[in-house]
Amino acid sequence: MVLNQFLVLAAALFCIGIYGVLARRNGVLVLMSVELMLNAVNLNLIAFSAYLREVSGQVFALFVITIAAAEVGVGLAIVLLIYRNLHSPDLDRVDELKG
Amino acid sequence: MLEYAWIIPVIPTVSFVLILFFGKRMPRQGSEIGIAALGASFVLSCVAVVQWIQHVDDATSEHGLGALRSLGKSLFLAESGAYAAVGPVVSTVEWFKIGAVEVAVGTQIDGLAVMMLFVVTIISLLVHVYSTAYMHGDVRYTYFYAALSLFTASMLTLVVAPTTLQLLVGWELVGLCSFMLIGHWWEEGANTNAAMKAFLTTRTGDVGLMIGVIVTFFAAGQTFDIVHINTVALEGVGGHTIWVVGASCLMLGIIGKSGQFPLHTWLPDAMAGPTPVSALIHAATMVVAGVYLGARLYGVFWQGFSIGDGGVNFMALVGGITILIGAALAFVQDDIKKVLAYSTISQLGYMVMGLGVGAWVGAVFHLFTHAFFKALLFLGAGSVSYSASHHSFDMREDMGGLRKYMPITFWTFLIGSFALAGIFPLAGFWSKDEVLATAGQGNYEIFMVVGLVGAFLTAAYMTRCVWLTFFGEYRGHGHPHESPRAITVPLIVLAGFSMVAGLANATALGIEKFVEYVEPHGEGFPEVFTPDFDLGLVALSNAIVVIAIGIGLFFWLDRRELRGLKGLTERSGAAKAGHTFLVNKYYLDHLYEQGIVGGIKGPIARASYWVNQRVIDGVVNAVGKGATAFGRVVYRYVDQDVVDGAVNGIAHETDQAGGLLRYVQSGRVQRYALMLFAAVGLLAVALVIFS
Repeated sequence: MVLNQFLVLAAALFCIGIYGVLARRNGVLVLMSVELMLNAVNLNLIAFSAYLREVSGQVFALFVITIAAAEVGVGLAIVLLIYRNLHSPDLDRVDELKG
Repeated sequence: MLEYAWIIPVIPTVSFVLILFFGKRMPRQGSEIGIAALGASFVLSCVAVVQWIQHVDDATSEHGLGALRSLGKSLFLAESGAYAAVGPVVSTVEWFKIGAVEVAVGTQIDGLAVMMLFVVTIISLLVHVYSTAYMHGDVRYTYFYAALSLFTASMLTLVVAPTTLQLLVGWELVGLCSFMLIGHWWEEGANTNAAMKAFLTTRTGDVGLMIGVIVTFFAAGQTFDIVHINTVALEGVGGHTIWVVGASCLMLGIIGKSGQFPLHTWLPDAMAGPTPVSALIHAATMVVAGVYLGARLYGVFWQGFSIGDGGVNFMALVGGITILIGAALAFVQDDIKKVLAYSTISQLGYMVMGLGVGAWVGAVFHLFTHAFFKALLFLGAGSVSYSASHHSFDMREDMGGLRKYMPITFWTFLIGSFALAGIFPLAGFWSKDEVLATAGQGNYEIFMVVGLVGAFLTAAYMTRCVWLTFFGEYRGHGHPHESPRAITVPLIVLAGFSMVAGLANATALGIEKFVEYVEPHGEGFPEVFTPDFDLGLVALSNAIVVIAIGIGLFFWLDRRELRGLKGLTERSGAAKAGHTFLVNKYYLDHLYEQGIVGGIKGPIARASYWVNQRVIDGVVNAVGKGATAFGRVVYRYVDQDVVDGAVNGIAHETDQAGGLLRYVQSGRVQRYALMLFAAVGLLAVALVIFS
C-alpha cells in the first residue's frame, strides 16, 4: 500500500479548507471549509491506520466525526443568529469585539 | 441490648416516615403509630437501663468490690475511686472518611446516655398519649404526630452520639423540629414569629457550637470521638488556651439552646406552640440538649474553665445569673405557661451552674428530676386550659378556684409545684440540694448563696401561680370540669415520678445510684467529688422554701384577689419601677429588637450619632486641622511629584502599548484565524529547521 497519495490528497484538502476559512465571507461556507479540514485529518488518520494495521486511528476518526457533527450544530446555530441580527451571513460585518 | 441501642432512635424515625405517608389513612390519624413506636422505644430504653446497671455491677464485682459493697454500702460510697472504671459500650459503623479522618456514626451507651434515653422516651410517650386528647380535632393532627416522632428521634440520636459530629446533627434536627412545633398553628403571625425567634436565637448559639466542634476536633488531634476529646482535654494537650477557646465556643451553644442569659428570650415566646410541645421542649428534648452537651463534653469544660480550682468561672456565672433573672421574671407573668417558662430558665440555670461548680452528678440529677416535674406542670397547665379556661392561659382573667372542679389536676399540679420548690422529700429537693451542697463544699460558696436565693424566689412564684390558678373564686366564663383520662393519666404518672425520682440519689439515705451508675469513673472524666450530706444546708434550704411559701400565701391570700400587688405597685414608686422593669423583661427583648435588629434607626444609633457629633467630631476636627496642614505639604511634594509621577508614568506606558496592540484586536474571526494559522505555519517551519 502506498501512503503518499493519501497524504497528498489530505494535505490538498486541508489547504483548500484553510483557504475557505480565511477567505470566504459567507459564514456557511466557512463552516463547510472547517468540515473540509476535519475530513482531511480523518483521511490522514485512516490512511495511517491502514498502513500500520492499527485500529486506534479509525477510533480517532470516529471521534472526530462525532465532534464535527456537534460543531456543525453549534456553528449553524451561531450563523443563524448572525443572520437574524444582521440580515446577512457576512462574517466581515461581525466586528463588535473590535478593540 | 447495649450494643443494639441504635434501634431506640431508629424506631421513632421510622414512625415519623410512616405517619407522614400513611397517618391520614389510619383510624386514629397516625397517633397510634406514634404511641406504639414510643412505647417500643420506652420498653427498649428500660431494658437498656437494666442492662447497664448489670454491666456496671459485673465490672464492679470483677474489681473486687462486690463483697465489700454488699457488706457496708454507705461506708464506701463516699470515698472517691471506690467504683470500677466502666467505659461506655460503643458500637459504630463508618459514616465517611476524609483522608485519614474516619467519622463514625453509631451509639455510645453509658450511664448518662441510658438515663437520658429513659427520660426522653418516657416523657415523650406521655406527651404522645396526652396529645390524643389535647390536640383532638386539630387541623394538622397527623402532621403534629409526625413532628413529635421526629423530635424524639432527633433527641435520641443526640443522646447516644459517640462523636461530636453526630451530636451536632442531632442538635440541629432538634432545633428544626422545635421550630416546626412552636409554629404549629402558623395561621397566626405571632406564632410564626415565635418560631422564627426560637430558631434564630438558638442559631446564634449554634454558630459557637460549630466553631467549638471544629476547635476541639483539631485540639484533640483530628478526631470527633467524644471520649478521646475528653481524655485529651483533661491532659491539657496543646496548652490550656486552646481548651479555653473550645469550651467558650461550646458554652455559647449551651447558652443558646438551654435558654441561658442573655439568649433566654426565645424560651417564653416558644409558649406559642401547643402545650404538649412546651412540655416536651422544656422537660426532655430541646433545652436539656444544652445541659447534656455540657455533661457529655465535661472534660473540655473542666479543663477550659478550670472548674476544679474554685472561685468564679464563666459557666457558673452564666448559670447563676440565669437562676436569678429567670426566677424574678416569673413573678410578673399573668400567663401560666410563661411563669413555667421562666421557671424552666431558672432551673436550667441550676443545671448549668451545677456543671460550672463541679457538681456534675447534681446537675445531671437535677436534669432528671426536673424533666418529670416540669413536664407535669406544663401538662397540668394544659389540662386547665383545655377543660376550664377555653384555651386561655391567663391566670388572672380566666382561672381561679379550680381545685373544686378539677381535683386530679389540682393535686398533681400541687405535687409538681412542691417538687419544683424543693420540699422534702420530693424530687426537686434532692437534686437541688446536691447542686448546692457541691457548690458549698467545693469553694463555690457564692454560688450556693445564689442557689438559695433562687430557691426562695422559686417557692414564692410557684405559690403565686398555684394560688391564682386553683384558689379564690372562678373568674372565667366557662363550665370547668375535670379533663378526660388521656390527660389525667399522664399527670398521675408524672406526679408519681415527681415524688419518688429524687430517691434515686438521696444522699441523706445513703442511696447514690447516680454516682454509682450514671457518673463515668473511667478515662476522660475529671475527678469530681461527691459532697457529704449537709444537714444544716438541707434545713436551711427547706426553711427558706417554707418561708417563701408563707410570704407568698400571706401576700396573695390575705388580701382578696390581687389588691395587695396592685396596691403596692401604685403606692410605692420603687416597687412600681421594679415591676415595670420586670414586666418588660429587663428590656432585653427591646434591646434585641430595637438595638440590634433595628439598629440603625434605633435609640442606640441615635445616641451614638449624638456622641459622634459632639464628642468624636470635636476630637476629629482638632486632629483633622493639624493633619490638613501636614497633608498639604505631603500632597504637594510627595504625592503629586513622586507617587503620581510614578503612577501616571506607568499608566502612560500601558496606554501606549495598548494603542499598538489594539490593531490586533480587529474583532473579526477570520483575522484571528489567519494569525492562528500563520503561527502554526511558523512553528512548523521552525520545527523542520531546528530538528
